[in-house]
Amino acid sequence: MAQQTRDVTEGITQPSLGAVGWLRWMWRQLTSMRTALFLLLLLAIGALPGSIWPQRSIDSARTADWIANHPRSGPWLDRLGFFEVYASPWFAAIYLLLFISLVGCVLPRSKVHWKAMRSTPPRAPARPDRLPSSATAETGADAEAVLAAAREVFQGKRFRTHAHDSTSVSAEKGYLKETGNLVFHLALIFVIVGVAVGHLFGWKGDVIVPVGKTFANSLIQYDTFSPGPWVDPSSLSPFRIKVDKLDATFEENVTGRGQFGQPRDFTAHVTTVAEPGVTPKQATIKVNHPLEMKGAGVFLLGNGYAPVITVRDKDGNPTFSGPVPFLAQDNNYTSVGAVKIPGAQPKQLGFSGLFLPTAVIDKEKGPTSIFPDAKKPALALTLFEGTLFPGGRPQSVYVLDTAEMAQVKTAKDQPLRIWLEPGKTFTLPGDRGTITFDGVDRFAGLSIRHDPGKYVTLVAALLALGGLIASLVIRRRRVFVRVSPAQDGRRTVVTVGGLAKGDDDGLQEVVEDVLAAVERRLGSST
Amino acid sequence: MTNETLAGYANVSLYSAMAVFTIAMLCHAVYLAGLLPARDRATDRAAERAGDRSAERELVGAGATSASVDAASADVAPADAEPTGAAPVAGSAAEVPSRARAAAGIGSTTTWLGGMLLLLSVVLRGLSVDRWPLGNMFEFAVMGSMFTSLAYSIWSTRRDLRWLGLFITGPILLVLGMAVRVWYTEAAELLPSLQSYWLVIHVTVAVLATAVFTIGAAATAVYLVKDAFARSGRSSVLDRFPDAASLERTAYGLYIVAFPLWTFTLIAGAIWARQAWASYWNWDPKEVWTFVIWVVYAAFLHSRATSGISRQTASYIALAGYACIIVNFAVVNVFFVGQHSYSGL
Ligand code: HEM
Repeated sequence: MAQQTRDVTEGITQPSLGAVGWLRWMWRQLTSMRTALFLLLLLAIGALPGSIWPQRSIDSARTADWIANHPRSGPWLDRLGFFEVYASPWFAAIYLLLFISLVGCVLPRSKVHWKAMRSTPPRAPARPDRLPSSATAETGADAEAVLAAAREVFQGKRFRTHAHDSTSVSAEKGYLKETGNLVFHLALIFVIVGVAVGHLFGWKGDVIVPVGKTFANSLIQYDTFSPGPWVDPSSLSPFRIKVDKLDATFEENVTGRGQFGQPRDFTAHVTTVAEPGVTPKQATIKVNHPLEMKGAGVFLLGNGYAPVITVRDKDGNPTFSGPVPFLAQDNNYTSVGAVKIPGAQPKQLGFSGLFLPTAVIDKEKGPTSIFPDAKKPALALTLFEGTLFPGGRPQSVYVLDTAEMAQVKTAKDQPLRIWLEPGKTFTLPGDRGTITFDGVDRFAGLSIRHDPGKYVTLVAALLALGGLIASLVIRRRRVFVRVSPAQDGRRTVVTVGGLAKGDDDGLQEVVEDVLAAVERRLGSST
Repeated sequence: MTNETLAGYANVSLYSAMAVFTIAMLCHAVYLAGLLPARDRATDRAAERAGDRSAERELVGAGATSASVDAASADVAPADAEPTGAAPVAGSAAEVPSRARAAAGIGSTTTWLGGMLLLLSVVLRGLSVDRWPLGNMFEFAVMGSMFTSLAYSIWSTRRDLRWLGLFITGPILLVLGMAVRVWYTEAAELLPSLQSYWLVIHVTVAVLATAVFTIGAAATAVYLVKDAFARSGRSSVLDRFPDAASLERTAYGLYIVAFPLWTFTLIAGAIWARQAWASYWNWDPKEVWTFVIWVVYAAFLHSRATSGISRQTASYIALAGYACIIVNFAVVNVFFVGQHSYSGL
């Protein structure tokens, strides 16, 4: 079967006259099937770098590392947008062109299809037996009876019928194929609209909440907050969440590779207050079971340890006390963190180091954790003094900025190493006071997100799927029945011919089916 | 709690399946060898000597003249290289030497058996861990092989697919070999991020779609090779396969089943991502590749409907899509850093 030529614009050469002619020519190029194909392939290729190179919006630390480790290629790739692929101008250019092409292609087709749906099937060819599929039979019935029977058969099979002359019936079905195709393409546009709405009006914030603490949904409480350009961050819905308890279980029974020590369950038990004055409610947040608050979903995306630490000055007055979240670095929760004591005298103090839930001292790696649960917790810290916040620059809570700090040394001029187990106190040299490791708490890493576009995207995606299935499953078929007198002049020759859009292995069967049904009908009525 | 006895039986079943697939593969190979023209002639001569089936030869010769009206068969090879015309190999059983037919029979039975053993293995594995057995690469590979072999077997009850058998059982054995040697992971419970009914929905459909894409890719590869041979005019065992155009249509028929399944995978994955990771789309490497695969197969369907793009070119796009599927499974799971960290390696 010949390939289809849906693409009516192709092959038409235009005498290009002036700017309008050129614009029209460009528009036709852009909205041609070939261009759509090219842009689709380009989109696939363009999306790949984002999976190969680390992406700033996903993992900025890893991105910075990568660039630092590749001083030559790093900055160039950065300039070309390889670390921000999905926000880069070239990626946007590809999908915008694709969608312009889509609109330019689909709208005219919708118009054509609208008309086609209301028009009648075309005139039957003079010789239906020359169509790709055909079947012929002779019957004793007269032409009118045959045509009437054919109409009934077609109607029974849900064909649309029309007779353009007195010796034929034309029938067509499968208009929904094109409808499905158009719904699919139009729905893709709405998928993008939903994404855009989410991008413009949505926001996302992350916060670490140690057990026992309360988080109130306002901008200042977030560790990081990324609002869409049209979000008013001062109008977040005023809910509160207190983390009462965090359960974490890890695999201890199966010892094989890849399983021992794997997480098995994380559950945060929380008390929520939807808005001030409302009675508090108990709830749980689990991975895969977010908590839906008004205007935002709350997700448990991280967890870790927050050792409770008390620091006292030389007179025994506390200068700091409370849980300090340490950030896990590996599957066994070897965690890094810092304890910053801005109120220490005469110089500010900063502790930096590791929290190890199941601590061992490895000959090569030094202090490390060998299991994620807090079986034998320990803190391994070093001490710095000086200015904690030089220049007031923003800094990570897990890391000390030691630009204006000096490491505290022992009498032997070795860096001071502090090893603490729960309940133990370490006396700092040189009258700097003490540090006590009171116990181990956990923290919940919550991610809170508002996305007003998600339902648009979801509905559009499901519509696209439905349209796609319709467009792939339904067959557009035209079947024609023509009658002519047989040679003997008394009997009637019935010729059925079929024409399909695209490959259609089942067409011949349909044609034969129609003929058989017509014969059956004639047989039973005479 | 995991039940190690059941997990052990699951593995026994898996190893048995591999043994059975080895037999199936050999039988399918014997079948293809039996189709070789030289063998064919020898068989025919033997038949002639026996004197009782001399009609068979004529039948083979006459096949060419009864070539189908299908316009596409016009582009394939000289007439004598196309003894079966557009009719599939099976057309008439008499055309295939009896030894080859017997081999194909055993091949088909053993492929069924292998698929059933894989099904058993999957069920036992699931029972042993009391969860849906799709938690790591090993389990994906086993279920994927199961779907592939069963889909092939079920489909071959409806049409003659003996020509495809070798190209299905071979890759299945390869994948199962990788599964037990490289990706093996002990039976255990799931990571919290996988404890969701979306695992059952999303991953099962993804694996099913992959299975259908796999059969499609095998058919496409056979088509392209056959097409190349036909153009060069060289004769080969491929002459006894269905004609090139119908091979291509067979592959297309598979892709239009697999593509909506993949579209569903993508949507279900996004819904699950919103449950598990707060945002339905995060451009995680696995998501990127799933999207790329979708776009490439969309491009394939497009190219097939674009005038002026040959079926060969379109087929290469489909194979590119399959290459992406392989990368998505074998490379992205293992080497790329992302949130989909469940390879179990
Ligand atoms: C986001 C970009 C696009 C995607 C993902 C996409 C995807 C698809 C898919 C999967 C099909 C197969 C469905 C079928 O065969 O009925 C299809 C068909 C089609 N597409 Fe697109 N498409 C896109 C853009 C376009 C554009 C820009 C045009 C116009 C130039 C276009 C025109 C068509 C036409 C005419 C068909 C019907 C082919 C046929 O008759 O079978 N598409 N598209």
